[in-house]
Amino acid sequence: MSENSKPKLKMAVYWGAACGGCCVSVLDVHEKLFDVTANADLVFWPIALDTKYADVEAMEDGYIDITLFNGAVRNSENAHMAKLLRQKTKILVAYGSCAHMGGIPGLANFSTKDAIMKRVYLENGSTENPESIVPEVSHEVKEGVLSLPEFYNDVRTLDQTVDVDYYMPGCPPQTERLLEVFMAIVTGSELPPKGSVIGALDKGQCDECKRKKSDNKHIKVFKRPFEIEDDGETCFLEQGIICMGPATRGGCGCRCIEGNAPCRGCYGPPNDVPDPGAKMMSAVATMIDADEPKEIEEIVSRIADPAGTFYRFSLPGSILRRKINTDI
Amino acid sequence: MKRRITIDPITRLEGHGKIEIFLKDDGDVENVYFQVPELRGFEKFCEGRPVEELPQIVTKICGVCPGCHHMASGKAIDAVYGVEPPPTAKKLRELFYMAHFVHSHIAHFYALAAPDFVVGPTAAKAERNILGVINKVGVDIGTEVIRQRRIAQEIQALLGGHQTHVVMNIPGGVRKGLTEEQRADIEGKAKGFIDFAKFSLKIFNDVVLGNKDYVELILNGPYSLTLHSMGLVDENNKVNFYDGKVRVVDTEGNEHCKYAPEDYRDFVAERVEPWSYLKFPYLKKIGWKGFVDGKDSGVYQATPLARLNAADGMATPLAQTEYERMFEVLGGKPVHSTLAMHWARLVELLYSAERCLELSTDPEITGKDLRSPLPNIPNEGVGIVEAQRGTLTHHYITDDKGMVLKANLIVGTTNNNAAICMSLKKAAQGLISKGVEVTDGILNMIEMAFRAYDPCFSCATHSLPGEMPMIVNIREKDGTLIRSVIRRN
Repeated sequence: MSENSKPKLKMAVYWGAACGGCCVSVLDVHEKLFDVTANADLVFWPIALDTKYADVEAMEDGYIDITLFNGAVRNSENAHMAKLLRQKTKILVAYGSCAHMGGIPGLANFSTKDAIMKRVYLENGSTENPESIVPEVSHEVKEGVLSLPEFYNDVRTLDQTVDVDYYMPGCPPQTERLLEVFMAIVTGSELPPKGSVIGALDKGQCDECKRKKSDNKHIKVFKRPFEIEDDGETCFLEQGIICMGPATRGGCGCRCIEGNAPCRGCYGPPNDVPDPGAKMMSAVATMIDADEPKEIEEIVSRIADPAGTFYRFSLPGSILRRKINTDI
Repeated sequence: MKRRITIDPITRLEGHGKIEIFLKDDGDVENVYFQVPELRGFEKFCEGRPVEELPQIVTKICGVCPGCHHMASGKAIDAVYGVEPPPTAKKLRELFYMAHFVHSHIAHFYALAAPDFVVGPTAAKAERNILGVINKVGVDIGTEVIRQRRIAQEIQALLGGHQTHVVMNIPGGVRKGLTEEQRADIEGKAKGFIDFAKFSLKIFNDVVLGNKDYVELILNGPYSLTLHSMGLVDENNKVNFYDGKVRVVDTEGNEHCKYAPEDYRDFVAERVEPWSYLKFPYLKKIGWKGFVDGKDSGVYQATPLARLNAADGMATPLAQTEYERMFEVLGGKPVHSTLAMHWARLVELLYSAERCLELSTDPEITGKDLRSPLPNIPNEGVGIVEAQRGTLTHHYITDDKGMVLKANLIVGTTNNNAAICMSLKKAAQGLISKGVEVTDGILNMIEMAFRAYDPCFSCATHSLPGEMPMIVNIREKDGTLIRSVIRRN
């Protein structure tokens, strides 16, 4: 195939409420970046290129072939850019855990805007704020008016804000998976149905994991990672450590587990699992080695922060979406 | 006619930094505001989590410097449990951390700083990027930059598990040890880092110091702020990134304070302004005196240069020689030129490389004792490391089960928030005045004032064209656009 025989893809990468790790995962293609740029023009990528919002606004609708949108929707600016890029893009990909499911910033849905503002600006251990100042969307200084985006009460996923074509999970997605997806698009391979998860496996994390596991897990007591001497070889769950493997899609290469840390579910649930927390609860239930309700209760109570662990990366995108009564 | 200039760099800290320049009727600069328009609220949503999960959660504050948060968090958790990791674990953490510094400092110097100096501050914008640097110094060097950065990343992945969001630390130690084969491999790579750091200093010496105009710009350009300097030091007051006490020296180099991590609140406080989501730390004993510099100001800097100012020297021989040379050339300690941060960063690069070699040849580094037992009831702890962009403080309070009740974080770039505002104002005042046309070169020279801090919103540009995009809108006071200056790569 001659690279000159067809027009190059127009590609954009944008971040909402994100850490920059997703953009780094794109940069980590290293010298393969030349393969990317041979096949695609990057038309908007604030981390690396100088294209401004106004340039995007000036583009015709559908001008961009593919946009990798990473980060959650946390404020009015994120929402504005999500809508703008949806309008200008043919294939919009929710790239990474935050755009896909809310990610770590989504843990804020256990709390509220007011509680966050209070903690950060009013009650923080080192903040001296006798006048109880909190940042304002519009504030008049003596020289003029300064504005800031509105901080929302809820963290939202990308597809709770705009229509999304595909999801590419991970915190961040593995660079190798990105290259595979990219080359598939470039070579004109048939794309999966709209709404599919791409750049990951259909099967679960446990199928990929090299740790030794038996079919019958019998757990008498759940422990926290520092309470065991991990042997580096046995399934974490069989050692009594909560690992999100059973509720998580494969494709990441089990990076954390290779580092002797249990999975926390950044790749999201596999196709047949609608909700990672519900799946994890049922997985845990089948492992508990007890019949008496009291004993079961005792075993379950040893799981530290089940909601924050089972929905570590997925609260906004889960069936729960947020904690309703935040007073308790 | 009153005018207003908005500079929107479209890159980020926890969001996009935005600069508002207000002009007086006569065209001189009246005031400058640097706004950070995003907040995610980690301090709130870390509450309720098991404390041992925090090192993995806080890496998500920044995907460019996740290792810094992981280390500060790991140390804070040791303190929560009141334990010291075994020597092998501490050394493995520091070895990881030195690779993190090598990676970050290489990227900053070549992708961000070098375009201004190697290519020139007012050179054509198309040239003023990493590709321009490569054109000037040769393709082989460009390849070598990518290679060394990648090698540093490989060491981080080996020691830290996950290549981006590290999973190394566990209360009282680390999760994984090092084999002799892996150690020998790192030793070889560390030697390569030292050679590359020496080479980078040589480039700085030849290209920057060999050019009188650049030296003049560093020493006498509109880029100096006379502020207190902060940095972590070891027991001999030498620069240390992983461990020690925080030392602050005043504008003349006298010790203002030296504190252990757990005492940070006696020395540092944070101010809130209604026009930015990012707080403004200051020295508590002096108090907040506004956005002013001088000996009586509570505003401080925590940067590579501040670290070198705050310490009595470097703990490794080659870096010490470079340290002495830098202060000699720049007229003695402390140095207050914002642009000297680039030089200081290279001295730190050499130190990180040397320390990497020291640690990789330490007989204890392949030890098997990776975790200390946790006999104490958890309660409260503070962990401090030097992040590439400034002193990083994590403070956690837990219940007796180790569940987080409160978390407080003062991150690297935050320390410099007030100083960045002031550097921008000073540069804008020095460069924009009545009758001066706001050109691309002027914009770049304003931008150089904050690029020197390597603020985290710019770390984004670490790998590709090292230039921050910028739009300057010149408006009537009522907001009507008069003209727009766009700076592209």
